[in-house]
Amino acid sequence: MYKYDGYDHQMLADRVVQFQDQTDRFIAGKLSDAEFLPLRLQNGLYIQRLAPMLRVAVPYGMLSSAQLRKLAFIANHYDKGYAHFTTRQNIQFNWPNLEEVPELLGHLAEVEMHAIQTSGNCIRNTTTDQFAGVAVDELEDSRGYCEIIRQWSTFHPEFAFLPRKFKIAVCGTAVDQAATQVHDIGIYLVPGPEGEVGFRILAGGGLGRTPVIGQEIFEYIEKQHLLTALDAILRVYNREGRRDNKYKARIKILVRETGVEEFRNKVLKEWDLIKDSSLMLTEDEIQRCKSFFTDPAYRELENNPPQLTKYLSQDLLFTNWHQQNVHPHKIKGYAIVTVCFKETGVAPGDVTDIQLQQLAELADEHSFGEIRVSHKQNIVLADVPQDELYTLWKRLKSGAMATHNLGLLTDMICCPGGDFCALANAKSIPIAESIQRTFSDHEELKNIGEVNINISGCMNACGHHHVGNIGILGVDKKGEEFYQVSLGGSSKNSASLGKIIGPSFSQQQIPEVIEKIIAVYKTNREADERFIDTYQRIGMDPFKEIVYAKAD
Amino acid sequence: MQKLIKNGSLTDNHWTILKVASGPEVLQAAPGKSFIVPLQFWKKYQDEIQDYNGNIAVWLDSDERPEQIGERLQKLQLIALNFPLFTDGRSYSNARELRQRFEFKGEIRAIGDVLRDQLYFMSRCGFDAFDLRQDQDPQLCLQAFTDFKTAYQSSIAEPDPLFRRR
Ligand code: SF4
Repeated sequence: MYKYDGYDHQMLADRVVQFQDQTDRFIAGKLSDAEFLPLRLQNGLYIQRLAPMLRVAVPYGMLSSAQLRKLAFIANHYDKGYAHFTTRQNIQFNWPNLEEVPELLGHLAEVEMHAIQTSGNCIRNTTTDQFAGVAVDELEDSRGYCEIIRQWSTFHPEFAFLPRKFKIAVCGTAVDQAATQVHDIGIYLVPGPEGEVGFRILAGGGLGRTPVIGQEIFEYIEKQHLLTALDAILRVYNREGRRDNKYKARIKILVRETGVEEFRNKVLKEWDLIKDSSLMLTEDEIQRCKSFFTDPAYRELENNPPQLTKYLSQDLLFTNWHQQNVHPHKIKGYAIVTVCFKETGVAPGDVTDIQLQQLAELADEHSFGEIRVSHKQNIVLADVPQDELYTLWKRLKSGAMATHNLGLLTDMICCPGGDFCALANAKSIPIAESIQRTFSDHEELKNIGEVNINISGCMNACGHHHVGNIGILGVDKKGEEFYQVSLGGSSKNSASLGKIIGPSFSQQQIPEVIEKIIAVYKTNREADERFIDTYQRIGMDPFKEIVYAKAD
Repeated sequence: MQKLIKNGSLTDNHWTILKVASGPEVLQAAPGKSFIVPLQFWKKYQDEIQDYNGNIAVWLDSDERPEQIGERLQKLQLIALNFPLFTDGRSYSNARELRQRFEFKGEIRAIGDVLRDQLYFMSRCGFDAFDLRQDQDPQLCLQAFTDFKTAYQSSIAEPDPLFRRR
């Protein structure tokens, strides 16, 4: 994990003092609402429907056990004993008092954490695959590059007031788990002509009102050009992105309105000017940043040790969990464990302070003291010895953290929605709950197999509904909450955007609609087709027909 | 008159910004003064005002570009960049371009909605003079330049980003 040095610490300390001063001036009436607004947003602080909300950055999803303990303390002290993992690998607290926020930031700084640029029209937290560094199909660990991008984007003086928010994702694995193509900039690690790993860079992807898949700007650039390429794209966007209409201000609109060819030319023109400047990365810096993400002290272990196989044949619940939530690891004898919190009745992404404490303990005992947050709002213990899996599972179970639904229908992505978010058209958490209740039989869930449902409470698409195999979007119909359902979205490598099935539904209708959709899939699937495969083969019509069929 | 911050200290402001100007006669009517004229005016009348016996500078709005100033850019002693609203970040890119691409050595002045909490970023992009909005407390604003003791990016004073200095 990245370790702060004197410089990093200094910047964080200065930030805490700065925000204390800004908050004091705001409370004293010396800063207007409008002037304080972007300042507090760039520090992750929202004023929400029910209470302020503070979003804390978890750079590319990595957390140490010490940080988890601090987050538990904060959840307990400043929130109501809860924290909420977001779909961008960050963590949110829902009830901090404005006056206490600077103090809270001070606590975070002690464990090298902050809320910098977690909101506002600036470059946000860079995200990546939650299996980075341990995945079997990885070309190269992406985290060193994420850290390079984090430093470049933190307090970038030129890009603090962009037309709109800006999100970057990096992917170094063959299977894209980072939804890279729907980011403002998506970066893939790819082999170049001579086999040297470099970057392929897309721009203009995004969800929200006008969902788009990113377009290729750089087919391949060598590593040392990473930051100059990003700087060039950002400069074109900062100057030319629309500022007259908030809904047309994202880079995806600029790329579309300019045309990708023309946009690329503009970027290349900028890039030419700065490509060989001091911003060009040095081999030393690349190595320095990568050196924080080396392998921990793995022991020499065997795959499928008796302590694992014994329990797999004895304990059916454990076997279920093992099938769904445990992934192969690049090192023999180790495994990647995904911890799901999506129990029925608990909002996706919500954790209690006690669970955070327990996770810290489990990380210390079974996974070298580190965890990762996934964009699907789950937690990953990335380095668990296979012979400790059973012990780990039992302890997760006692902490209500052993839901074995990873990748299954009930492992949904869901934004906070109308219960918490001032922008919502409709509630989203109760929708997730009602679906979980309808599909409560684990055998049936396994039979249905991989399908993801993504739920957003409004067009802003924090729940990524466009890329859900089944997407649900809250809409407002004459003051009433309705839900629009779409099918066929995917955030994997062959990313696709879902299509709306037809007229929207009421909250009560949703579980039944989902049941019908699943029934159509089950009747039509061939061999071991996943939901998305069947949909792509048979198209929308069979689903539409059944969902809107008149009752006899 | 509101004080000006220049190179980190308070000084008097001798320049007058012409927000709009109809023609060169405006200048001739006030000989020996210092005027910051709009880009469009400059483009039209730069030849005619060459022999003006005062000082001439140019200001760019956030949707205008340094390259539009033309060949005389390097002869200017001051270029002002406007912030129509403090949340409009385009002038930051203009300042950097002036310093980095055009290697402009004269004064770059921030005008318009210039507030305490953006001064640090402005200075790092190459602004060295700040014509503060009327309600700003100039003394308080002076503290802004030390909000951070260090930064990851390069700046005009520090041509290397932190990774080359670590
Ligand atoms: S999608 Fe809409 S309702 Fe949901 S969190 Fe985002 S802004 Fe709020």
